[in-house]
Amino acid sequence: MDRRHFLISAAALALTPRLARAADMPGVTATEIKIGQTMPYSGPASAYGVIGRAEVAYFKMLNEKGGINGRQINLISLDDGYSPPKAVEQVRRLVEQEQVAFLFQCLGTPSNLAIRQYCNENKVPQILASSGSSALDDPKNFPWTTPANPIYRNEARIYAKYLLKEKPDAKIAVLYQNDGLGKDYLLGLADVLGGAHSDMIVKQVSYEVTEPTIDSQVTTLQGSGADVFIIAATPKFAAQAIRKSYDLGWNATRIVSYVSLSIAAVMKAAGVEKSKGVITAHFGKDPTDERWKDDQGMRDWYAFADNYMTHKDGLDSNAQYGYGNAIAMAAILKSCGDDLSRANILAKATNLSGLETPVLLPGIRMTNKPDSYSALRQMQLAQFDGVTWRLFGDLIEA
Amino acid sequence: MVEFLHQLSSGLALGGVYAITALALVMIFQATQLVNFAQGEMAMFSTYVAWQLLQSGWSYWAAFAVTVVASFLGGVLIERVIVRPFANAPVLASVIVFIGLGFIFNALAGFLFGFSVQSFDTPFDGRPWFGNKFMSAHESGSVLVSLIVLALVFAFFRFTPLGLAMRAAAQNPASARLVGVRVGWMLALGWGLAAAIGAVAGMMAAPIVYLDPNMMSGLLLYAFAGAVLGGIDNPWGAVMGGYTVGIVENLLGAYVVGQEVKLSVALVIIVGVLVVRPQGLFGRRIVARV
Amino acid sequence: MARLVWIALFALAAVAPFWLSGYHLYQFAQVMIYAIALLGLNLLTGFNGQLSLGHGAFFAIGGYGAAILIVKFGLPYYFAIPLASVICFIAGFLFGFPALRLGGLYLALATFALAVAAPQVLAFKGFDAYTGGSQGVQVPKPDALFGLHMNVDQSVYWLCLIVAALLFWLAANLVHSRIGRALIAIRDQPIAAETMGVDAALFKTITFGISALYAGIAGGLDAVAVGFVSPESFGLPLSLAFLVGIVIGGLASLPGAVFGALFIEFVPNYADQLTVYFGENAKALPGAVYGVMLILAMALAPSGIAGLMRSLIRMLRRA
Repeated sequence: MDRRHFLISAAALALTPRLARAADMPGVTATEIKIGQTMPYSGPASAYGVIGRAEVAYFKMLNEKGGINGRQINLISLDDGYSPPKAVEQVRRLVEQEQVAFLFQCLGTPSNLAIRQYCNENKVPQILASSGSSALDDPKNFPWTTPANPIYRNEARIYAKYLLKEKPDAKIAVLYQNDGLGKDYLLGLADVLGGAHSDMIVKQVSYEVTEPTIDSQVTTLQGSGADVFIIAATPKFAAQAIRKSYDLGWNATRIVSYVSLSIAAVMKAAGVEKSKGVITAHFGKDPTDERWKDDQGMRDWYAFADNYMTHKDGLDSNAQYGYGNAIAMAAILKSCGDDLSRANILAKATNLSGLETPVLLPGIRMTNKPDSYSALRQMQLAQFDGVTWRLFGDLIEA
Repeated sequence: MVEFLHQLSSGLALGGVYAITALALVMIFQATQLVNFAQGEMAMFSTYVAWQLLQSGWSYWAAFAVTVVASFLGGVLIERVIVRPFANAPVLASVIVFIGLGFIFNALAGFLFGFSVQSFDTPFDGRPWFGNKFMSAHESGSVLVSLIVLALVFAFFRFTPLGLAMRAAAQNPASARLVGVRVGWMLALGWGLAAAIGAVAGMMAAPIVYLDPNMMSGLLLYAFAGAVLGGIDNPWGAVMGGYTVGIVENLLGAYVVGQEVKLSVALVIIVGVLVVRPQGLFGRRIVARV
Repeated sequence: MARLVWIALFALAAVAPFWLSGYHLYQFAQVMIYAIALLGLNLLTGFNGQLSLGHGAFFAIGGYGAAILIVKFGLPYYFAIPLASVICFIAGFLFGFPALRLGGLYLALATFALAVAAPQVLAFKGFDAYTGGSQGVQVPKPDALFGLHMNVDQSVYWLCLIVAALLFWLAANLVHSRIGRALIAIRDQPIAAETMGVDAALFKTITFGISALYAGIAGGLDAVAVGFVSPESFGLPLSLAFLVGIVIGGLASLPGAVFGALFIEFVPNYADQLTVYFGENAKALPGAVYGVMLILAMALAPSGIAGLMRSLIRMLRRA
């Protein structure tokens, strides 16, 4: 072998160990961790775009304070317009072009379902997917995909168990959004009430997100004679349902999904008088609930919003949700130390044990069970009294 | 029976919003023979302007008045600057321009005012009118407003010289010019009125459906169905059509086909009416000379 | 001359998978899929003057049809996609009948309603067993073409290329034939055309069917390329994007379908750069950019990019 070849090979050999390590940890250098996400900044779900903004802002703040273990976090947040084909395209761009280490909190059940095949085939962690759909908690078939939200199906089970205990002869009417969210609630209710108690559900009616109002659906549900009204709906429609049920003079016990528990976005919009008595399950602290104004964790949140977002965002429970998840993500990354390979990040993210964030209710921790990737399983029931959420009962685990 | 009345009255309430929006659509159609696909987005944008004023502390009726006037001026401006250049272009060009306008207003609203859902005040607060159990105060109020707007529009066209000039310009631009009508300005006026009416529609809708950039896109299809059903060149027809669609949607959804297919019902109404009786229930049959 | 350009383009596209990465192949496969759909729409709207705002619905029928046939009935994709597109042809043909009675604007309204209603129909409870309801249907990736040694992205890309080339060739023949002239005649002078013996009703409904067929094939290919279909994939924005595509690309123009497809695939991606200047909320501004470009295109280049190219070529020829 001549001299040139020898030198080149020697150089290659010298570089190889470092190259091999870099190849093991895509998206990671000595000074930076690149992560990616898709968010609906435009389109029908654009109200959730603030979650991405909160997370980008959070990592910006962390970076100013030195990052995580000496590395800056570069969160690349792309718009997918809540369209699954677009989500697939953006994810491929993030993974293949931007070479991100992993995906953090892509939003939307359809988008996450669309990309999980790709992520699992290419072994890219899809961490803390922003959805509560039970379909995304499937470690056996999709081990690289983990959900962030409490699973809607589990929440529905909590309500069903509560009703079985407190109102065993209740007649239940269900309003549900005609997509993954709503259908998951039906499944959860059926899980507990199916069979022996299936006649407790007297009517279930759906609606599309593209509809202007659901007044007609609520009227139909009242006509069924039910005395429990379960509202598996997103904030806009939950507010309409609460308002209409009151206006109709329907004296039912109303239970609303946790996605719609924000006092500002839902109760105030419906009218606080009309929202009295509504029950929901909490896992986080509602930023529009006065009771938390002296809580240290929430004070930090409000201060963060004032400095890195806008004051209004401080009252936006979606923004706060993003903040909480970013904190959890930062904790996971920190626990990885210097082994930021995709496998290790996934391992740390799916073996959480008692992870606390300042926006979770006191006592609620993120903990994984062996056969489930859902780490947020504890919730507590609360009832709205016209001013604030009164927590009652114990922490329930679904 | 009670449930039926509830369905009827909520159909009526929502129908009021459809009716006002349909009226705006008809305004533009009458003046220009074009359907403004951006009507919903313009109405939504106007509503955001009102919302911004209310947030800044203005009283409701002051904000309402300013928004209506500003929308009117905006409509005139849009017609002169953006729509006018395509007056002689094929229909397709205008449709594209309207869709473009729709995109612009939607994105601007999100950009300027944020995407979060907001609640919107109503001047019709308080107890339901006449102590009735079926319609909230706001719903009754918006029905009243829709009738007032219809009456004003009717009176304008029937009893004022300007209204007469507008009708002439729409029916026969060439002859109207010959008698001295400034046809160009009549078109602009039509757009201004439509924008103003749309603003009212948005402000009546927002307390019911809540304000966000996609607020009107759900409504628009039903408003179209109402305009088509009633007769797209007839203001009375548009209003009647709007109410009819509101009621029929609710009743069919509740009792006949199920709530899951309401959009398809609107589709069927539109296609059905256009095929069977294109001039709608109250429109005039246009026979074209070959 | 034009034919040489097409052949060169085809050759270039054919060898691309040897030096393009998976992500880029995916994007260009999307371009070809959109080009097929735009070609179909252009046949209907550009050449035949029937304005459709609802072609996303036919795209959806093709997509869901193919997905269901592949997943629930076990058909291989090369049977599923054509079969699904036949269903689209029938649907388009049937829609063509009421469309006969609707002129320009009214047809726009009716097809607009179709586009808005489509996702709700797709999510309809009664069809859940087949459509998977809101969960959608996961479509497995196809095996390598002809059993040759290639990866999935290349396979999908070449599949789209072959289908697109075939469909473009067929469309070109159609447009330059007597039938094509009849379609154009119906668009420009419907009454004169009828007087000359052109059976407008037959041609118009068949054209609707063919354009739906094209959209259906594109939808089927898309289901395979993306690997997933759900109601959210096929909303009103898709139909509007198709319209934007043919207008900006160039009405009544075959190259226009390609330009349009390139536009709707790539322009939104670059609008992300706007956030640098306007802050985070600007992530939604691409919509405004779309709108402005639509209006400018109509004002300055009513024949779209294809028209601009034609003018450019003419200018160069004269020089």
